[in-house]
Amino acid sequence: MPFIPHTAADVQEMLATIGAPDIEALFDEIPAELRIGALEGVPAGLNELEVMQLMQARARQDGRPLNFIGAGAYEHHIPAAVWSIVSRGEFYSAYTPYQAEASQGTLQTIYEYQSMITALTGMAVANASLYDAATAVAEACLMAVRAHRKSASARILMPAAVHPHYRAVTQASTGGQGLELRAIAYDAASGRTAVEALAASAGQDITALVIQQPNFFGVLEDVDALTDWAHAHGALVIAVVNPISLALLEAPGRWGQRGADIVVGDGQPLGCPLSSGGPYFGFMATRMELVRQMPGRIVGRTVDLDGRPGFTLTLQAREQHIRRGKATSNICTNQGLLMVAGTIYLSLMGAAGLERVAEACMSRTAELVAALTRLPGVRTALSGARFHEAVLCLDRPVAPVLEALAARGIEGGYDLTGHYPELGPALLVCATECRSAADIAAYAAALQDVLGAARGARAAGAKP
Amino acid sequence: MNLPLCEPLIFDYGRSGRGAHGQWPAAEAAPPPVPARLRRKSRAALPEVSELDVVRHYTRLSQLNFSIDTHFYPLGSCTMKYNPRACNAAAMLPEFLGRHPLASPRHSQGFLACMYELQEMLMNLTGMRGVALTPMAGAHGEFAGVAMIRAYHRARGDLVRNEIIVPTAAHGTNPATATMCGCVAREVGVGPDGDVDLEALRAAVGPKTAGIMLTNPSTLGVFERRIAEVARIVHESGGLLYYDGANLNAILGKVRPGDMGFDVIHMNLHKTFSTPHGGGGPGAGAVGVGPRLLPFLPLPVVARSAAGEGPGYRWLTEADLPQSIGRLTGFNGNAGVLLRAYVYMRMLGREGMGRVGEYATLNSNYLMARLRQVGFVPAYAQRRASHEFILTLKSLAQQQGVTAMDVAKRLLDFGFHAPTTYFPLLVPECLLIEPTETESKETLDAFAAAMAEILREAASEPETLRTAPHRMPVRRLDDVRAARELDLARRPDSA
Amino acid sequence: MSNVPADLKYARSHEWVRELADGTVEVGISDHAQHALGDLVFVEVPAPGRELQQGDACAVVESVKAASDVYAPIAGTVIAVNDALAKTPELINQDPYGAGWILRLRPSGAAAAAQLLNADSYAAVAEAG
Repeated sequence: MPFIPHTAADVQEMLATIGAPDIEALFDEIPAELRIGALEGVPAGLNELEVMQLMQARARQDGRPLNFIGAGAYEHHIPAAVWSIVSRGEFYSAYTPYQAEASQGTLQTIYEYQSMITALTGMAVANASLYDAATAVAEACLMAVRAHRKSASARILMPAAVHPHYRAVTQASTGGQGLELRAIAYDAASGRTAVEALAASAGQDITALVIQQPNFFGVLEDVDALTDWAHAHGALVIAVVNPISLALLEAPGRWGQRGADIVVGDGQPLGCPLSSGGPYFGFMATRMELVRQMPGRIVGRTVDLDGRPGFTLTLQAREQHIRRGKATSNICTNQGLLMVAGTIYLSLMGAAGLERVAEACMSRTAELVAALTRLPGVRTALSGARFHEAVLCLDRPVAPVLEALAARGIEGGYDLTGHYPELGPALLVCATECRSAADIAAYAAALQDVLGAARGARAAGAKP
Repeated sequence: MNLPLCEPLIFDYGRSGRGAHGQWPAAEAAPPPVPARLRRKSRAALPEVSELDVVRHYTRLSQLNFSIDTHFYPLGSCTMKYNPRACNAAAMLPEFLGRHPLASPRHSQGFLACMYELQEMLMNLTGMRGVALTPMAGAHGEFAGVAMIRAYHRARGDLVRNEIIVPTAAHGTNPATATMCGCVAREVGVGPDGDVDLEALRAAVGPKTAGIMLTNPSTLGVFERRIAEVARIVHESGGLLYYDGANLNAILGKVRPGDMGFDVIHMNLHKTFSTPHGGGGPGAGAVGVGPRLLPFLPLPVVARSAAGEGPGYRWLTEADLPQSIGRLTGFNGNAGVLLRAYVYMRMLGREGMGRVGEYATLNSNYLMARLRQVGFVPAYAQRRASHEFILTLKSLAQQQGVTAMDVAKRLLDFGFHAPTTYFPLLVPECLLIEPTETESKETLDAFAAAMAEILREAASEPETLRTAPHRMPVRRLDDVRAARELDLARRPDSA
Repeated sequence: MSNVPADLKYARSHEWVRELADGTVEVGISDHAQHALGDLVFVEVPAPGRELQQGDACAVVESVKAASDVYAPIAGTVIAVNDALAKTPELINQDPYGAGWILRLRPSGAAAAAQLLNADSYAAVAEAG
């Protein structure tokens, strides 16, 4: 029996101590009609060799296509040391650090992580992680509603240029608490959210404005003007940021005159592999005045009975296990292990290394855009300055093109037609520091092939 | 003289200009321009350290931790069972690890097959009719469950039902979740034998009842014997039953929540299905539903296409599930955690799964018997223990002035992580103890011996307990000071 | 056995009320309550000018192990709050009936005070709880 160490002799001795004739007797309080016989719909067990063979076969099925998709999850080089350390049993199989004296490793790591996030974002305090960026945006909106003393509307301005999944999750997560999410259009030419687009909300009770930088299209927003507008109109500012971009872009704590009030984002680019969608981690930081409204665990530094410094979970009275129905959130388990990976990644890269990564990503994406737009039928769509993603428009539907590229071992980008039909046949492409010149050339050649083949078919009279 | 930290902060290893240069991409000859007004004005105060500094520092920090790999961790309600390493190795195969969540169906069939089969196995284990894997923790699954209950009533045009009944013994996430869904938590007491007070329940249900949230076995470590009656009372009032799966380990392979009458459940894959706790996460809180709630499942869910209709597996979207409560995750939940749970379940198989409940319950009843022999008092001595049980230390607290917290701290000196303390709130000065099925008899005996020693110390030298722990990297920490004088991040200008 | 001054009135939810000469009242939490909470780390006070109904949650007292609401023992308008608690929340532990006062109200109805408990009745409540 895998993972159960008991021998028959052990079982006999234990039953004798309990005073029960057999293990079945231990279930005698459970009504007989509830007991199931054999388990159906569950296959027989596999030993480790068999299960690894199964998983390797499944993995081979999916292969390793060349990746040019971003859209909120980014392929970056992860130094080997990161997961070597994170996979240590003392981090991997440790529990939540409720017994502080037995958890100084985890607690100090969280304190260092909080310090790094506050440094990157220019804010005063950070929590120990939330599930991901999408849920972090939802939590930030709820936090803004709690924290904003003078606003009763629970109305949040949510630009359409914010990641569609973040908007969907925020809607699903906050609808039950009466929040109103008001959509704000983006400028069709530049892809930016203009201050003019906010004008219709002037004079109304607005609780917060969400600003994503760079936005979902990869375009750089005019964060100072947007931040100042929000504050001038009595609204809090929720910044949603990419942590790699913060090596080059101004910290949200210094946006506009007063800086953002709550900052969230996805920590995935910091040492977390793409891993089919997760686990990642959401980060959140805020001003000191709002710390008691911030959900999630927080670690503080203190001293022990001898005066030796140490770390412990603090401000727990806000959390579910104490405040129960009046807690800031119901969050209990977070994304701890990924936060450790992020901390080790940031320690290895430092600010200088992060700058190199950010610059390389911007350069590779610019080269990708140049290579692809040299092909007839491919053009850029939005004119705004960009970070490491770009929107391209094709002269034909996107889905068959992406499928044809996939058949050639290339994941060409994210089809925007579903979420943004007004852009026409558009896709979002991304090239990080992991994409070489040869990779980009391979994409361009494959795309030329795909577009040309179809064009050849059209020329021969077939309908596109 | 000020004592130093056991291990300095990573920042303190730094030297200006130091770095793990081998990890940096080559400098760009002509970096593309960032508009001047958007440019960062000053570098973030991140560490400037070598790769060896980083490896030494975080390795040393890890050595300050207790973990399942190093210590027995009888934390009630947490199910700290062994995390099989094969699960980690399989989930980190390069193809799974490098796969983008938005990759084409052509490059997703292997991964999706694992997800689909995981959905099916969880459904069959729990007696439910549909499963969504994407909630990222138990509390997140609770949110999905209560949101589905609300959506169900609203779809029927019943907008008045906003009360969620919660036993007083419930985990804090339960009432917190009710509030997050715009509901009101209404508490119902439990009787002296640990079962829900049926009279109080009958009085509490009515036209405003959306549902009840229950754990079975309950947080008191005992099976809710009259669950069929509870289900009948709630269903007759028009409410639905929600199962908090935190204690599923006790009944895995023996009883199915669907058979007990539950309409919706969440499962903690990081408890019952042995994915790693990681120092606080990541978890996965898959939800299962009965037929009434199928249309409301959160997105995305994996479906299998009929033969001949496109790729084998695909994600269902808003178009397929128009009444879904919506998307609760950026992509597909904690995919890596889901893969680990899948591998665990494939390794156990149907026989192994059936054994989990048996041996978890055997270990729990054995440990309870041993601790009674040694002089401790179970809170529900007349009941069978499920996979966990409660000791009450109230008389110890009154007679010797030694609290459950003191006992917990002293256990650390003996090399055992403490059990859960002060939960459930109903039992004063309690320890909630869950050994799990992966621990041997010798480990349980050693734990009982340590507890016996602690009982002796309580009588002869209680001060040792009150100032415990003594052999850990730090002594008892001042959490009042931590909350009064908030030091939540290193200030770059401070030492 | 906790301290229960005879000259004050009390609510069942462990708040005390001191009637001042000018017709306003001072409000805090009892010795029993501060002892149960443990060392206080933070106190959230209401904004001056806020109108309260009897029983409204008007302040929060937070210790390491709990964050409890303070309920308005009578209806009234908040006219003052104890600013010293921001820096020194432990005043409530040290001197719950004096320097640890939390807020002052101008009562909106004379009859309300009559519903409060006297010292003996409250002492019985504290003993039982």
